[in-house]
Amino acid sequence: MSETRHIQPAAAQHSWRRFKSGAMAGLLFVCALLVMAPLFLVLYFLIREGASALDWNFFTQLPKPTGEAGGGMANAIVGTLVMLAMAAVIGVPLGVMGGIYLAEYGSDRANDWIRFTADVLNGIPSIVWGMVVYVLLVVPFKTFSAYAGGVALGLMMVPLVMRTTEEVLILVPQGYREAGLALGIARWKIITVIVVKTALKGIVTGVLVAMARVAGETAPLLFTALGNNFWSHRLSEPISALPLQIFTYAISPYDDWHRQAWAGALVLMAVILILNVSVRILSRGRKFK
Amino acid sequence: MADPIQANPISTRSPVTAPAVAPQAPAAPGVAPLEVAFAIKGFSLWYGANQALYNVAIDIPARSVTAIIGPSGCGKSTFLRALNRMHELTPGTRIAGDLRLFGEDLYAPGIDPTVVRRRVGMVFQKSNPFPTMSIAENVLVGLRLNGVNDRVFLRERLEQALRMAALWDEVKDHLSRPGISLSGGQQQRLCIARALAVQPEVLLMDEPCSSLDPLATAKIEELINDLRSSYTVIIVTHNMQQAARCSNRTAFFYLGKLVEYDQTRTIFMNPSNPQTEAYVSGRFG
Repeated sequence: MSETRHIQPAAAQHSWRRFKSGAMAGLLFVCALLVMAPLFLVLYFLIREGASALDWNFFTQLPKPTGEAGGGMANAIVGTLVMLAMAAVIGVPLGVMGGIYLAEYGSDRANDWIRFTADVLNGIPSIVWGMVVYVLLVVPFKTFSAYAGGVALGLMMVPLVMRTTEEVLILVPQGYREAGLALGIARWKIITVIVVKTALKGIVTGVLVAMARVAGETAPLLFTALGNNFWSHRLSEPISALPLQIFTYAISPYDDWHRQAWAGALVLMAVILILNVSVRILSRGRKFK
Repeated sequence: MADPIQANPISTRSPVTAPAVAPQAPAAPGVAPLEVAFAIKGFSLWYGANQALYNVAIDIPARSVTAIIGPSGCGKSTFLRALNRMHELTPGTRIAGDLRLFGEDLYAPGIDPTVVRRRVGMVFQKSNPFPTMSIAENVLVGLRLNGVNDRVFLRERLEQALRMAALWDEVKDHLSRPGISLSGGQQQRLCIARALAVQPEVLLMDEPCSSLDPLATAKIEELINDLRSSYTVIIVTHNMQQAARCSNRTAFFYLGKLVEYDQTRTIFMNPSNPQTEAYVSGRFG
């Protein structure tokens, strides 16, 4: 039953409501600020502690032995890039093709299972990935290696890339597929030349997000890439990576290593920020009509 | 029964049907003494357990415009999509009956739906130029993806298709602009050009003007009129004036059944079925 009294409140009631509304909006705004605060805190500490140790040597030199001043993380930076590239070689084709299957071919029943599996995979703790790859690649070949590290990161990327690829492909209007079919174009050509191309920005965005996610992973590399204080000359040798080097330095008892760990964290953070900013720029133009 | 030759003056220009062909004695509705493009008998279609088309029998003549009218949900779009097997994109569909295009059974085992669709093109309600492609790329995509690479040939076909779609003069100076930079009406004509570029034998149009303003609609109706001498056009429309203006024959569908099919003039002036009369005079639907 409608009560007309409520439609036109008295003046006093009205201002009390306005006050409540304003207070709630303010509270929500503060909460939103608190969400952003940790990012700025992280950046603040990284810059305060790490910037002083960042110099040209940091990017060009190997770590120095204990007790010697200076040195850098050149091998770790290269190692991270190498393993990210290997992860992309594994994760992008598998993930994108799996996503295409989900969006374009799979039956509802098959898709339910695949999606469920992908979601479980996404939830697997990263150290478990490291252990699995340790058993699969490190034990049989009797050596830690860049390959093993790249495979561990690549496997982590697959479900991430697969789900985002599926999501952006589903956003491509059905009308484009129908238009292609009505022209007598084979289905696989429609999917590759028309649908995937239309969704390409979204797919690239998903790939970058996944790379940003695995770039900072430490745990899966502990049992696979292991780390290395020198240059790795072969991909079948242990290799250093920024998160590993940060970990090693951070738990050491030396002050100058601590500073280097901060600097490494700053560089890693910058890599991830750059990936995320690229995502923002790419996804700005992502519109389907 | 009106003289079909008179009612279809265009047919006299057809190279296949000579004007001297005598109208076969009393033509029953659905049997025209013209070359038949689609010969359809006892055609039914189900979506899962729901039957959408009941026992449709219709002969659609070549090189003329056939309009399909009827209230929403009457099965007219379903019927149109069955003509080039586009309905098969909906999972769980099933058909029965006989559907032939120029004598060939389109549903025979071993017939590739892709090949059917190359012969029977389609223009959709909502214009859908490919957003990543230029105007020229949109028109030529059907040919290119089917392996045609001859640049001179493609160039000729591009102009020919755009001229047939009455779009050439408006776009000839910026063929490399994105297809989606055009206005709504131009986009729809671009889609028509794209469908014509692969030279299908039949062009199906599913309410091609329903999202266009009257001026753009007039342009498309004009181009449909120009197409009828060389193409078999089948158009689904909600707009009865449009059916009356640009079709030779009209089929009225209701609740999945073909109620009446005759010369457009007869359907609108002197329908034999009371349901048809009620619909064309706007009393229901």
